[in-house]
Amino acid sequence: MKKIIPCGFHCIKFNNLGVSFGDQKVLENINLHVHCGQMTAIIGRNGAGKSTLIRAILGEVPYTGEIQFKNKMNGNMAKLKMGYVPQSINIDRTTPLSVYDLFQSFTGKLPILFRNKKEHAHISEALAEFDVESLIDQPVGTLSGGQLQRVLLAMAVHDTPNLLILDEPVSGIDKNGMDAFYEKMKYLKETHDLAIILVSHDLDYVYKYADNVILIDKTVTAAGKPKIVFESDAFKSVFGKGAAGEVEVNANV
Amino acid sequence: MFSEMFSYAFMVRATIAILLISPLFGMVGTMIVQKRMAYFSDALGHSALTGIAAGVIMGIANTTVSMIIFGIFFALLLNYISRKGLSSSDTLISVFASCATALGLAILSRGGSFANYSAILVGDILSITTKEIIQLIVLFVVILVFWCISINRLTAISIHATLAKSRSISVRVMEDAFAVLIALLVMLSIKWVGILLINALLILPAASSRNISENFREYTYLSIIFSIFSGVAGLFVSYFTDMATGPMIVIIASVIYFATYIYGKDR
Repeated sequence: MKKIIPCGFHCIKFNNLGVSFGDQKVLENINLHVHCGQMTAIIGRNGAGKSTLIRAILGEVPYTGEIQFKNKMNGNMAKLKMGYVPQSINIDRTTPLSVYDLFQSFTGKLPILFRNKKEHAHISEALAEFDVESLIDQPVGTLSGGQLQRVLLAMAVHDTPNLLILDEPVSGIDKNGMDAFYEKMKYLKETHDLAIILVSHDLDYVYKYADNVILIDKTVTAAGKPKIVFESDAFKSVFGKGAAGEVEVNANV
Repeated sequence: MFSEMFSYAFMVRATIAILLISPLFGMVGTMIVQKRMAYFSDALGHSALTGIAAGVIMGIANTTVSMIIFGIFFALLLNYISRKGLSSSDTLISVFASCATALGLAILSRGGSFANYSAILVGDILSITTKEIIQLIVLFVVILVFWCISINRLTAISIHATLAKSRSISVRVMEDAFAVLIALLVMLSIKWVGILLINALLILPAASSRNISENFREYTYLSIIFSIFSGVAGLFVSYFTDMATGPMIVIIASVIYFATYIYGKDR
């Protein structure tokens, strides 16, 4: 995944996106531009439709409008390659899967009933990108939250997606872990020319690291550079008056 | 002592049948446990009665055919309804299983003739014929091929369906294919192990293996070994003690389960 040359030309565009469940409109009239090499953070109160937007992008819920992947040099590209890191995954302590099995089951062709050195080395290399290659033979049920998250990240980016989608990926991680995570994201978007969409409640990290912030409440109520969004009236009405630099950490509740 | 046992052709056939069925149960069971589908496979077993009843009503001489057709239909119906998500899926499966069982029992008991079908409840491995063994060999190959092609995707779906979807895995197709596969396995082996015990044979080896394994290879291979061991040992013990084979297999599989539970608890 290191062969990519940053182009800076393509982008992902959402035109007039809407999602309804029955009669209830959950999202409407969403227009967005997500550029590669940038991190776009989606923020909003609980129930504002953040997770629904993610699910629409992933094709999990039907939507109206369109999601376009544009490449300015070649016109439309065939398919958008997405990497996704979910909020949490369904693994109990006794799950008989090693990190290798988890990785291979989502990404590999060789059945996890067998093991071969080449596949093992390949996965180990992908894990090394996030410094977790030593966990490759551990049962996934014994990993800490932070370790599991790094394994999932390694899975999401190992085949160089165009778009990386992160749904509150760092809930329940300490401050050191958070710093490391956001530094890593910064490194990824810069070196791999990746567009990142991140749903987050950690407003001070969003302020510091995101290139663009989108505040949603059924539709986009504010968008732009962090400073602009954080000083908008829409932001203040949701999160209180925590403007630039003085965002309360627990403003997310 | 064993040479006397194998001088009976029916014992030879029964041993071959067990050597074909039990590894399949061990293998398919791993995914049934992993995907928490124990209720589902239980319901399928019960629906065999309805399948036989449907065959009897329509005058199909070979009830295995009507059982397979109904089983596949029932499995896909359960999947369809679970996806609608109108009620919790264990409740729904329970409702449909009871309904199918009652329907089957009602039809088969018409004119007080249920005694003709009661063998299906406990099964009889000793009555298997050579032709039926060939059916099992075909089933064995089909499931083995399916397993190698699909195991990664099935595992991925069991962990996180949306994440699997984001990696272009067709969740619905895989779930339906797996349901059809369970239906085939259950319907083709239910005559030999019986409605009452079939789910125990699907669940116990995998659950035992899960108690002590740390990766998927251990999980699969131990489950297969436990299943074959319980099957063969159960057959031999039942021969020497003159008790029914199916229950004996389940008793041995249960002992293995408790042993692995105690051993695995201190891990």
